Parts: sequence; C-alpha cells; structure tokens
Amino acid sequence: MKALNLSPAQLRIAEAAFWLALASSFFLLPDKLTLMSQVLIFGLFAVSLDMALGYAGILTVGHAAFFGAGAYAAGLLAKYGWSEPFSGLVFALAVCGALGYALSYLVVRGADLTRLMITIGVCVLLYELANRLSGITGGTDGLQGVVIAPVLGLFEFDLYGKTAFGYAFGVVLAMFLLVRLVLRSPFGLALRGIHDSRKRMTAIGSPVEARLRMAYAFSAAVAGVAGALLAQTTQFVGIESIGFNRSAEVLIILVLGGTGRLYGGMIGAIVYMLVHDWFADMNPQYWMFWLGIFLIAAVMLGRGGIMGALSRFVRTGKAR
Amino acid sequence: MTNTTHTLRTQDLGVRFGAFQAVADVNLSLEPGARQALIGPNGAGKTTLINLLTGVLKPTSGSIHMGGTDITRLPGDKRARMGLARTFQINTLFPSLTPLLSVVLAISEREGLGATWWRPLKGCTAVFDEAHALLRTLKLDGLADVPVAELAYGKQRLLEIALALAAKPRILLLDEPAAGVPQDESGELFEAIAALPADISVLFIEHDMKLVFRFARRISVLVGGRILTEGTPSDIGADPRVREVYLGSSHLHHHPHTHA
Repeated sequence: MKALNLSPAQLRIAEAAFWLALASSFFLLPDKLTLMSQVLIFGLFAVSLDMALGYAGILTVGHAAFFGAGAYAAGLLAKYGWSEPFSGLVFALAVCGALGYALSYLVVRGADLTRLMITIGVCVLLYELANRLSGITGGTDGLQGVVIAPVLGLFEFDLYGKTAFGYAFGVVLAMFLLVRLVLRSPFGLALRGIHDSRKRMTAIGSPVEARLRMAYAFSAAVAGVAGALLAQTTQFVGIESIGFNRSAEVLIILVLGGTGRLYGGMIGAIVYMLVHDWFADMNPQYWMFWLGIFLIAAVMLGRGGIMGALSRFVRTGKAR
Repeated sequence: MTNTTHTLRTQDLGVRFGAFQAVADVNLSLEPGARQALIGPNGAGKTTLINLLTGVLKPTSGSIHMGGTDITRLPGDKRARMGLARTFQINTLFPSLTPLLSVVLAISEREGLGATWWRPLKGCTAVFDEAHALLRTLKLDGLADVPVAELAYGKQRLLEIALALAAKPRILLLDEPAAGVPQDESGELFEAIAALPADISVLFIEHDMKLVFRFARRISVLVGGRILTEGTPSDIGADPRVREVYLGSSHLHHHPHTHA
C-alpha cells in the first residue's frame, strides 16, 4: 500500500488545519454551536482518558468520577457566589487533580481487572454521594442556579452559545496543548516506556508506580476541567455527569478515535457526537440501535480506531 | 572481610517457592572491578539469583548488601538508582521506541528527569548527545531511529547492554548476554563487554565455556540452588566435581548445556 509521507513541518500544518477547521464551525454552523461546544468538551474528556488508558495503560471505566467532580466543583463554586469562569476551571482542576492523586494509590497498585473494579466502584460511589447530598447537588434534578460571570468580564454567556463555543474552544485548545507538552516531555517518554515494559523500567531505576500515580492525577485534573467546562457553558450540572454511563461513553469515544495517539480522543468525539446527533435526528426512537451498529462496524473495520486506520495510510517521518 | 572491599555481597541468601527451595545459602561476593562468571546446569537457579539481587524476587532467607548498605528489602528501582544494572536473558526492551529513545529514556531516568513534564524532551540536548555517544560505542548508531521491534536479534542483545550501561552502573549483572546469538557474533558481544570500564563490577551468566574461560577472572558454580564451588578459571577447570556436574554423570536429569 502506498503511504502518504508527512514531514514534521507538514504534520504541524495538518494540526493547525485541524484546529482551524474546528474554530470555523463558529461561522459555518451557527445553529449547531451548542453541539460543537459539547464535541470539544467531550474531546478533551477523551484526551484525558487517553493519558491514563492509552499512555499510562491504566484500565479505567470510571473516569466520569473526575468529569463529574469537576462539573460539581465549578458549578457549586459559581452557585455559591464565585462566578468568574477561569478561576472556576482552576478550582476544578485542583480539586480533581488532588482527588485523582489520592485515588491513584488505590488504582495504580492492582492488576487490570482490579483497576477496572476499583474505578467503577469509585464512580458509582460518587454518583450515590451526589444523589444523597441532594440538598447541595440537587440530586437527580441536577444542580441549578449556576450563574457564570462574563468571560474576561466582556463576553456574556448568550442563548445561542456563541460565547460558550469561543470559551470552550480556547480552553480545550489550551488544555490540549498542555497535554501534548506533557506527553512530549521526559515524563511522557517514561509513560511510553512503562506501557512497553514495566520490568525494564524498574531495571533502569524508574519508580514506575510514582510515574503512574502522577499520570493518573494529571488525567483526573484534565477530566475535571472538561467537566467544569460543561457545567459553566450549560450553567447546569446533571447527575449523569458523574455516572457510569458517561464513563462508558467516553471510553467508546476514545476507542473509536484510537488510543495512545493524542488526537484519537478529539477525532473520536467529533465522529461520535456528530453521528449520534445525526441518527437521533433521523430516527428519534431507535437511534441507539443504529449507533450500536455503527460502533461495531467502526471498530471491526478499523483496528486502532480512526487514528489507527489513518496511520496505515499516512506515515509520519521522523516523529518527535 | 569488610563491607567496603565488596561492592555486592549476599549472606545465606535463599528463596523458597512453596516446597521448592530454588536458591539456598548463597554467599556470593563481587569485588570492585570483578569479571565473575556464574555457571551451572539448567535449572540451577542462576536467573533466580539475579532476580533476587535486582529485587524482582523477594528472598525468603538471608540478606543482600551493596557497599555498606543492606538492600535486601529495597525495591528494584531503588537498587538500580544505587548503581545496580542488569540485562535480561529474554529481551526485555521497549519495542515501540527506537534505540535512541530507549537509551534517552534510560539516561533521563538516571538523571532524575523522569518526572519532568513541563519541558519538551527535544530540549534535553545533553541527554541526546550522551545517548548518541553510547550507541556509537556499541556500534548501534546506524540503527538509532529504527523501531526496536524491527531490529535484528543480535542488535537487540546489544541494546540490552546499552540500556544497562546508560544507567552508568557500578555493578552490572548480565544474564546470558549472548543467548541465542550465533557463535561468530557472540565473540563480538563479549568484546564489547570486555571493553567496559575497568571499575565496573561484572557478574555474568554464560553457558559457552570458551567465553567463560576467556573473560572471567573468577567463576562461581551454582548447582541445585547452592554454590558448589568458587575460584579462578584454572581452579574450576581442574575441579573434578565441576567436571562431574557438566558431564552429567550425577545429574542426568539436568540436560548438559555446554557448547565447549
């Protein structure tokens, strides 16, 4: 098969084009801006999961724990008086980073199945907690009365989602660049090493568990920002933000896009959300059926997700 | 016998798996700059002993000392950071990385950069320079950017050694470095080992007696998990018990594995 060769410079142009295309939906899809904001947010969420799952190799089906915690953190902060959005994001990032680091001691130790159970358990636990503390969280009705101040004191969140889109785009791009920096750092290389051979990493003196704990905390913090973004842009936190379904959904998005490939999460979110939206429009009653068929077909045809399929056609010259 | 004259020393070291005593009462000492071979029939516990020394396995009896420090309970990565490096009998590399990145990773961990997340790897030019230099000494520089999984087997064996050397070890444990390498290439591999800095203490497992007698200055013979005897190559060559073990007369169930 003839593969298209991309030099590092061309690759950078492709990256820029990808983000410009996303940004252009502000002008091209003015009545779909709410959907596009959600695409961006779920893309970031999937990228955060990729850090834990694709790069660090931590099998988790409970990542909504951090997404939801971030959403509630930002939502509650705004509801009880602090409505400046950026500091809300930083607050959610700190809360989820700390929560992730604390939980990493449970998660990192076990084998794959143990991790699976622990992450599901924590997620279910937090869901029930949010449900029980309905006085604070609003329970199943969701957290209402979230008021977010204008971005930079200038742009008020409007009904058409223009500000929400611009804000989400800026934050997601910034967080994505941060994740990219982390994955291309010596720490990121260590994660790739752990993914390849834990045994060898120990033999070259790497404290593997400490590295994994850090990766998990990082991943949790980024997931928290994604959750906070959703809370701020919709000015609402639904309890499903923290549920098991959301954890499974983001896993589907990532696997669809391709794990361990940085852009897999973003691409997966774009395809999944748009197909989701399209099927729901076309067949409001049975769209889940078609979505299921689409997912099975996509995964069976393209091993390694969309990015995996792409990488068979496009070779990148001396990467990194 | 003081601690400081021996870089690595075990005292009555043993490990038992259920009813099976894999290694027992091993008193081994490695002097600074040693070139010591560990030989013995298959199943004698040689790799198990290396795994005990490097912390892959926890001993059920005895102790291990490095310099003056008791390292019996230290995790493997801490021992590695103290200067104890090893290679694996079965290639244990980073298949998706390139040799260059593999060595860069080993150097970056040695330099304590492994948790550095805020700056790009590319900026660590000193690490890359050192990695290139190390690959050059092992004649791997031409293959620096080929994925490890695509390297020829012999080259992967060399990379095993490169990764251990990148840690700048004081003690190097080589578990059958030439295993599976054609005879004409295994000589080359041992030339690379012979050219190691004189102050590194080397303990190596090897089945090829020609190589053992050529490169070892001291030989320990492990049989049934115990040290049978220890001495200079000429002592060992003349020892009737060793001959007996290797000719298989008293251990017929052990498959003799000498190529000599």
